[in-house]
Amino acid sequence: MPTMKLEIVTAERQVFSGDVTTIIAEGTEGQMTVLPKHAPLITMLAPGELVIRKDGDEQYMVISGGFMEVMPEKVILLADACERSDEIDLERATAAKQRAEDRLKSITPDIDQSRAEAALRRSIARLHVAEKRRRGPGYRPSV
Amino acid sequence: MVSPKILRRRIRSVQSTAKITRAMEMIATAKMKKAQDMAIAGRPYSDKIMQIIADLSAQAAAGGAVHPLLVARPVNKIGIVHITSDRGLCGGLNTNLNRLVGNFILDQKVPVTVISVGSKGRDFMRRSMREIRAEFTKLGDRPKMADTMAISQIVIDDYTSGLYDRVYIAYSRFVNLMSQKPVLELLLPVEPAQLPKTVSPEYIFEPNAVHVLGELLPRFVEMQVYHSILESIASEQSARMMAMRNATDNAYDVIAELTLTLNKARQEMITKELLDIVAGVEGLK
Repeated sequence: MPTMKLEIVTAERQVFSGDVTTIIAEGTEGQMTVLPKHAPLITMLAPGELVIRKDGDEQYMVISGGFMEVMPEKVILLADACERSDEIDLERATAAKQRAEDRLKSITPDIDQSRAEAALRRSIARLHVAEKRRRGPGYRPSV
Repeated sequence: MVSPKILRRRIRSVQSTAKITRAMEMIATAKMKKAQDMAIAGRPYSDKIMQIIADLSAQAAAGGAVHPLLVARPVNKIGIVHITSDRGLCGGLNTNLNRLVGNFILDQKVPVTVISVGSKGRDFMRRSMREIRAEFTKLGDRPKMADTMAISQIVIDDYTSGLYDRVYIAYSRFVNLMSQKPVLELLLPVEPAQLPKTVSPEYIFEPNAVHVLGELLPRFVEMQVYHSILESIASEQSARMMAMRNATDNAYDVIAELTLTLNKARQEMITKELLDIVAGVEGLK
């Protein structure tokens, strides 16, 4: 199977570097799958899940927005923040989701609604990815 | 002639000072390594973002749309992000930076306002009665990107609202262990690096070039602020390491000198006592 080089970097560290066969990311315009020899593309990423595949081996990550630069042989992903599924603290993620939901319910003028919604989206994505790790690969939660 | 008792006491006191400075040197070394690693870890991100911005701004400008963070305006007021350390005992690090920024402010014909990060710089600006827009202290030795967001947010908001028309960032650049250089760099407006035009392929942009650029530029500023703070921390720790090493060496020199004086005094006392005894014996004869 043809592969491409993938680098995931944040301002704080390099999260991933290696050869992959498939990348599935959450673009702002919808989900997209990137395969090797893709046309040059720069896209914004929405908070959500990132799946990378290498010879049937899947890895899940969660991203809280960023950019992806796609070139035929190489993909560079600039993430605002990125966690691998094994780094996610389930308890903290659940608490964060609860907090975001509470905030959205009790909306007041001094709460920024779009920020609260973004926080909720991030926490849901994080839980989603953590859940997958628990149930093993191939599992799709019914959300 | 100082009495041996007092000399011994002084030696002990210098010894304990040396122990403290040696410990501080070791702590600073460890922290410096971490800060350096952090600064290096962020480099791929900043290189990449700079390159995309260079590609994009050319393309977006061709389309006629220019982002506010890229536009140079007539300068009526200047902002400076002044990054110093919270703590002292790091040699001339903060003094050098304060002098650089102080001279720069005095040279300006337009009013200057300061955003100070770190208490040393803040105190300096307060003493010299400068206008302080905001102050940030206690960022710690290993700040996260999120900790520095508030700083970049203020800068971007103020720049967009026209509070100042040019923003500089002043920090101590980490050159190597021995030397840290105070620098003052332009932060806003963003000046995209001139890249050779041939290297960049024709990208497809999603949603579109202007939009992507609009999202990238604030991140670039955030990144620069964050990176400058990391450099500052690495500089602070290495400056402290050197200062403490010198202090320890000096303490050892002082100890050696004091020990010599002590031995001389002791020997002289023994000689005197011997003379007394000999004289006494002679007298008895």
